[in-house]
Amino acid sequence: MRKKAAVCFHTMSKNTVSDRFRKVDVDEYDENKFVDEEDGGENQMGPDEAEVDALIRQYPFHPLSCWGPNGNLMEALQAVLKNPPINTKNQNVKDRAEGLVLKVLSSFKSSDIEKAVQSLDKSGVDLLMKYIYKGFERPSENSSAVLLQWHEKALTAGGVGSIVRVLTARKTKSSSNLRKHQFTLESIDVVRLIFK
Amino acid sequence: MAYHSFLLEPISCHAWNKDRTQIALCPNNHEVHIYQKERSGWMKIHVLKEHNGQVTGIDWAPESNRIVTCGTDRNAYVWTLKGSMWKPTLVILRINRAARCVKWSPRENKFAVGSGSRLISICYFEQDNDWWVCKHIKKPIRSTVLSLDWHPNNVLLASGSCDFKCRIFSAYIKELEDKPAPTPWGSKMPFGEVMFESSGAGGWIHDVSFSASGNRVAWASHDSTVAIAEGGKTPVVASLYLETLPLLCLTFITENSLVAAGHDCYPALFVYDAERSTITFGGKLDVPKQSAQRGMTARERFQNLDKKATADNKEAVLESLHKNSISQILVLEGDKAKCTKFCTTGMDGGMAVWDVKVSSQSVMSLPCLLTLIFCIMA
Repeated sequence: MRKKAAVCFHTMSKNTVSDRFRKVDVDEYDENKFVDEEDGGENQMGPDEAEVDALIRQYPFHPLSCWGPNGNLMEALQAVLKNPPINTKNQNVKDRAEGLVLKVLSSFKSSDIEKAVQSLDKSGVDLLMKYIYKGFERPSENSSAVLLQWHEKALTAGGVGSIVRVLTARKTKSSSNLRKHQFTLESIDVVRLIFK
Repeated sequence: MAYHSFLLEPISCHAWNKDRTQIALCPNNHEVHIYQKERSGWMKIHVLKEHNGQVTGIDWAPESNRIVTCGTDRNAYVWTLKGSMWKPTLVILRINRAARCVKWSPRENKFAVGSGSRLISICYFEQDNDWWVCKHIKKPIRSTVLSLDWHPNNVLLASGSCDFKCRIFSAYIKELEDKPAPTPWGSKMPFGEVMFESSGAGGWIHDVSFSASGNRVAWASHDSTVAIAEGGKTPVVASLYLETLPLLCLTFITENSLVAAGHDCYPALFVYDAERSTITFGGKLDVPKQSAQRGMTARERFQNLDKKATADNKEAVLESLHKNSISQILVLEGDKAKCTKFCTTGMDGGMAVWDVKVSSQSVMSLPCLLTLIFCIMA
C-alpha cells in the first residue's frame, strides 16, 4: 500500500512544470528598482604596494629611525590606508588592497596596536574598521586573532558608530560578517577567562 | 524632567495641542488616543477610530485645533472637534503605499504627507469643492519619504528619505498664497522645485529639521551621522561621525544647537559652529543617578564567574530614562529658537519631558553646556 503511494507522488512531481522559475530574480525586472549612483572608480588603484612593502621591510632593521624600531610600521599603516579602492569594480584591486592591509596589521607587535590606532583620524579609524571586517570574511591562518586585537582597539577609538558605518556602507559589502563577529567575540571572552 | 509610561508597546507617533494639556498618540495600532493631563496623571478622553492600518503620523495644528493623521492604510484624515467629538474627514492622497509622516504647514492651510510611494502629497482645502485636494512632488525622490519639516515661510519643505538624501522642495500652492520672498535656498520656487539636495553618501535619513530661521537644515542618518547644511549660493554642509548607534529623531532648540535621540535611548546635544562649519557633540542630556556601589563578597564573585563567565558586578541594565529607542522628539515650550522644554516618546511606550536652560548668549560655550546638563538633572 505504502509503495504505491510513494510511486504516485514521484510521478506527480515529474509531471509538474520545472521549478527553474524559482531561481529568477524578479527584482531585476522591477522598473522602479533603485540604482545607486555610479562614482568613477576606474582610477582607484588601491594603496601603493611597493611603497608599503618598502616601509614594512625597514622594520626592525632601520638603525636611523627616530621613532624607534617600530617607526616605519606606523608610516606603513598610513600608506596602506591611502587610496582605498572603494568605488572600483575590479575585484582584484580590492583583494590586493585587503591582502596588503592584512600584511601590515600582522606585522605590528600587540603592544603597539593601541598607539597605531590612536595615530589615525576619524575617517582613518572608519576605514580600518572596514578593512578589519573585510578581513574577517576570508580568514586565513592567524588572521582572525590579529584582526580581533585590532578590532578591540579600533572599537575603543571609533565606538559602535564605526561598526554601523561598516554595515551601512553601500560600496563595501559585508553581509554575513555580523554573525561571524558575534562568534569570534564570544571566543575571545573565553580566552580572556582562561588567561585571567 | 518627568517620565510617564503610557503603554507597554511602542508609541508610534504623538502630537500635542496648543497649551500642552492634551497629547494625541498612537498606541501601535489603528487608533489614536487622546489623553488629558490631570493633576494625578493622564486620563484618556478620546479614542479616534477610523484608520484601517497602523497610524504612522499625527500632527496637531495649534491655532486651528485640527488633527491630521496618516497611516499604513494609504489614507490621511483631518479631524475637527465638533462639540465633544472629533469628526474625521478623509483626504485622498492618491498613493499606493503606506503613508509614513505628516506635518501641518506653519500657517496651517496645507499639510504634507510622506509615503512609501516615493512621493510627497501636499494637501490643501479647496473651498469651492469643500474637499481636500492634493498635489504630488515626485521627482527626484527614489525611495520612501521618512520625515518632513516645513520652513517658516510656509513654502519650503525639507524631506528625508530612504534614498539616502535630504532634499528641500518648494511646496508653493498659487491658489493659497502669494509668491514667497527669496531665501538663502533660492529665489525661484515653483511647485516641486528642488532647492537643495544632500550628497547620497550615507544611510537612510531618519529625521530632518529646519532651524527657527529656516536658514539651516539638519538631518540624522542611519550611518550614525548627523549633518547640518547652511543655505546659500553653494550650501555649506557640516557633518559629524558619531561613535554611538544611529539617531532616529532630532530638532533644533536654538539657532546653533540641536537635540537628537535614537537607538541609544538618551537625548544628546549637538552644537553647530557656523564659522568653522563643524558640529560637536555637546553631551548626553540624560545623566542617570549614580547608584551606590557596594563591594562583592568572594562568594558572589565565584557565582558571577560561574553564571556569567565574568567577575564584574556590572548589571546589564539600561540606565537611561527611556528603556528602548527614542523615536520622536518635539519642542514643547519655547520654539526652535529658544526651546525650554522638549518631549520624547519611544519604543518603550513612555513619554519624557525634558527641561532646557539656555543661556542668553546665542552661541553655547562650554560653561553653558555644563549648566544645561546640571539643570536637566534638577
